[in-house]
Amino acid sequence: MLSAPHLNYALLAPILIILGAALLGVLVEAFISKALRSRLQIGISLIAVIAAFIQLIRVRNLTSTSAAVGSVAIDGAGIYIQLIILALAFVGLLYIADTDNFTAQASAIPGSTEEASSIAAGSQQTEVFPLTLFAIAGMMLFPIATDLITLFVALEVLSLPLYLMSGLSRRRRLLSQEAALKYFLLGAFSSAFFLFGAAFLYGYSGSLSLNGIADGVHSSGANSVFLLIGIIFLSVGLLFKVGAVPFHSWTPDVYQGAPTPITGFMAACTKAAAFGAMLRIFYVGFNDVQWDWKPIISAIAVITMVFGAIAAIVQRDVKRTLAFSSITHAGFILIAVVALSKNGLAAALFYFISYGFATLGAFGIVTLVRDSSGEITDLNRWSGLGKRSPLVASAFSLFMLSFGGIPLTAGFIGKFSVFTASYESGNINLVVFGVLTSAVALFFYLKIVLMIFFGESRSDTLTVVIPSILTRVAISICVIVTILLGVYPSLIFNSLQTFATFLH
Amino acid sequence: MKNILTVLELLPLFGVIALWLTPKENTKLIKQTAVAASLLTLVESFIAVWNFDIKFKGFQLVESYNWISAFHIKYAVGVDAISLTLILLTTILVPIVFIAGWHESEDGRFSPKTFYVLMLVLETMMIGVFAATDVFLFYVIFEAMLIPVYFLIAGYGRGERAAAALKFLLYSLFGGLLMLAAVIGIYIISTNQGVGTFDVNELSKLTIDQSTQNWLFLGFFIAFAIKAPLWPFHTWLPGAAKSATAGTSTLLLGILDKVGTYGMIRFCLTLFPGATKTFAPWIITLAVISILYGAILAIGQKDINSMIAFTSISHFGFITLGIFALTSQGISGATFYMINHGFSTAALFLTAGWIVKRRGSSQIADLGGLQRVVPVLAWSFFIAGLSALALPGLSSFVSEFLVLIGSFSQYPVATIFATTGIVLAALYVLLVVQRALHGEVKSGNESMVDLNLREKLAIAPVIALLVFLGFYPKPVLHPLNVATSTVMSQIGVTDPIAKADK
Repeated sequence: MLSAPHLNYALLAPILIILGAALLGVLVEAFISKALRSRLQIGISLIAVIAAFIQLIRVRNLTSTSAAVGSVAIDGAGIYIQLIILALAFVGLLYIADTDNFTAQASAIPGSTEEASSIAAGSQQTEVFPLTLFAIAGMMLFPIATDLITLFVALEVLSLPLYLMSGLSRRRRLLSQEAALKYFLLGAFSSAFFLFGAAFLYGYSGSLSLNGIADGVHSSGANSVFLLIGIIFLSVGLLFKVGAVPFHSWTPDVYQGAPTPITGFMAACTKAAAFGAMLRIFYVGFNDVQWDWKPIISAIAVITMVFGAIAAIVQRDVKRTLAFSSITHAGFILIAVVALSKNGLAAALFYFISYGFATLGAFGIVTLVRDSSGEITDLNRWSGLGKRSPLVASAFSLFMLSFGGIPLTAGFIGKFSVFTASYESGNINLVVFGVLTSAVALFFYLKIVLMIFFGESRSDTLTVVIPSILTRVAISICVIVTILLGVYPSLIFNSLQTFATFLH
Repeated sequence: MKNILTVLELLPLFGVIALWLTPKENTKLIKQTAVAASLLTLVESFIAVWNFDIKFKGFQLVESYNWISAFHIKYAVGVDAISLTLILLTTILVPIVFIAGWHESEDGRFSPKTFYVLMLVLETMMIGVFAATDVFLFYVIFEAMLIPVYFLIAGYGRGERAAAALKFLLYSLFGGLLMLAAVIGIYIISTNQGVGTFDVNELSKLTIDQSTQNWLFLGFFIAFAIKAPLWPFHTWLPGAAKSATAGTSTLLLGILDKVGTYGMIRFCLTLFPGATKTFAPWIITLAVISILYGAILAIGQKDINSMIAFTSISHFGFITLGIFALTSQGISGATFYMINHGFSTAALFLTAGWIVKRRGSSQIADLGGLQRVVPVLAWSFFIAGLSALALPGLSSFVSEFLVLIGSFSQYPVATIFATTGIVLAALYVLLVVQRALHGEVKSGNESMVDLNLREKLAIAPVIALLVFLGFYPKPVLHPLNVATSTVMSQIGVTDPIAKADK
């Protein structure tokens, strides 16, 4: 007798809703007239994200390891990460809704007559919405997947749309396409590393599931060199996605080249998803061999923090600065990974929120500062922005202060909780490195604030466009979250106490 | 009346809301609103004093509410005599600064409204930082208050203001981050011992081994030494004082920097008594170097504001000396010194600010013969100067004397060196007085206008307090003695008894 595998649809519904909406979006592209497409796509995407969010809240207290034949684990931390990803994606979609950022026709060669005619015809590349939804579905699956095959599939589902989306910029298209190609090639390499590591882990333990690998460590008959090689190569794949040094080299180029709304979405959500998966793999799968991998990941955390902070100082381009800033923050989150405790997990989850919203807010503001040829990303030309547009400058400064970890912003609580968890687990040297790096990082965040408010304004062509309502809502959400969680973080931490657990 | 301290913290914020509602163009109304808010705060602080029991040992007017329960963080406030006097110093100086620097807000990079919003937010934070009895709450305000000061210096100051503000901010934040590591450290220790708290009273009961104490002590101490500022952590101060407006400098040196010395007493001493004893001789050395270094450099300054800044470095040396002598006279002298230094620096910066504003130059060489042109202003500056050199009859004499007595019994050699600081103080004050106030009236000074009624009203209470507390220090000194004895018993030290000859 062959029986169909049992699937618990209620628990998988959030991902299925997003995937369904993505397929619907593809159909919309095929059958609906151009004029209606854009609005319909925005509507479908936002509704799908909200519906998935509500469904997740409804099932929040259910836990299961057998929702999809043992391939995923529905547990507190998994649900929480999915909620975070959806909340961040919602804000990201509000930016993406401003389709002016995307090329009129992706297939047209930059500068060709075909491109000019499609711009003249007013076409829009609305495929970006279903692509975003596919990416979100992959991101949701990645941190709850419990076997290496599902992990790999999720990794690809989230990555492939992102490669495409990076190349869709309307302006400076060559740079954008170069970024997409670079991201794709390096991403393909890292996927290969991931698979290679997975193969070695299978060879070591005879199992593809994280629990099976953990059991394999106990039985200890196998050759532990395989285990080490497996861990290292799997980590390379993951560290690439989170942008940790020395696997970060794609980050500045892709962040700079991709359309800014995509950069914001990618920076916030990919980081949460990839770190979510990483946390699960290390906490569940490799918990018992922690003495083997902790020193390596600790070293990478330190290098990542320090390198990101120092490299950011010399950047002239705001998107590149934010890219290096995101590298530094990846280092901070790695400290939480190494803490390997419930508090470490809670700290990481909080960090996703504080970092994610500040990142989305900062990139949202980058989309507003423009001249006739598009966004101005040269930081020198931002000088004196505070005089021209105090509100936008204040919001941007708030995000910088939150990145820098100034008290009464969410970023500070994030850093505090990461350091506390790390100290608690005995990694005091990581705390010291973290604290010192924060001081270096503060230097460039404050330099930006200084330049915005106290620099002489140099460029007359700079304008701050009046944001669309959706963008305004998005930036407001980011400001509110950053302040609210800075002043009253218990809103999140109270729930984290019950949710920050992985099923084993 | 409940929640006196919280109301005290909130009143300036209500002023901010009121300011928000006033129209941007009506500068006069904005100033009046700000002054009204600061005066209301002053009244509320008197109510706090009224409800304060001098004899009670420990924190009074306490309030405690859960804030971030995941980390056992509470919004907990309370005062003893040390913090209450500093709060009073704050609430008195803020309206004086507003009234004295009536036009200070007008030629800044931002609007006058923003100036008063920043000032009132700063007042809330200054009250909060002294009232906090939860180490985390203290830390949060300690760091957050840098932001309004940063904008006040960079937005309304003179000269190289942006660079000075950035230097100030980076120095302070760096110190703050070291302190953050120590704050987390002591919290983890309390968790490991089963308490899990940030409450300063509970934390002082922990038993911490010596080497851990040393590291944590240093984390706190360096942050406070940067703030105070103690040599060699002082380099940010002269630039900031030179660039800030008179009012901002007054609050910066008069109150904000006291958070450093206050923190040394409240946290370094009571939380890490063992480490305090280990490091005391080293810190005494730094204090004496500060006293002499600040005084000698003050003599050589050409800019009047940086001269005042260097005198402060010298005075903070005295305060630190008193604290780490670990005698009751030393600590009460130091706590009283903090108040007196607040008032005398305020008098110096405000009068110097008026002089600079009228003359259009802050170079001492450009001044001269002011006594004949603007007698009231000159006299006010003179008295402020005398207070800085601790002339008997002015309150700073009492505290300086106490500090020296208190430290002589423990560190005679250091105290003798410190005493030469008094001679140098006479030199730097009288030299400036001679160059600026006496002699020929230099060209450019002839048409200076003397103080108007508003300015007289602002400076009068400060001078009155300096004189009154000089002759009758008891109302402030007595409660400080009580608080000091509590601190002494917490560290577990007693005063050395003079050895009788056999």
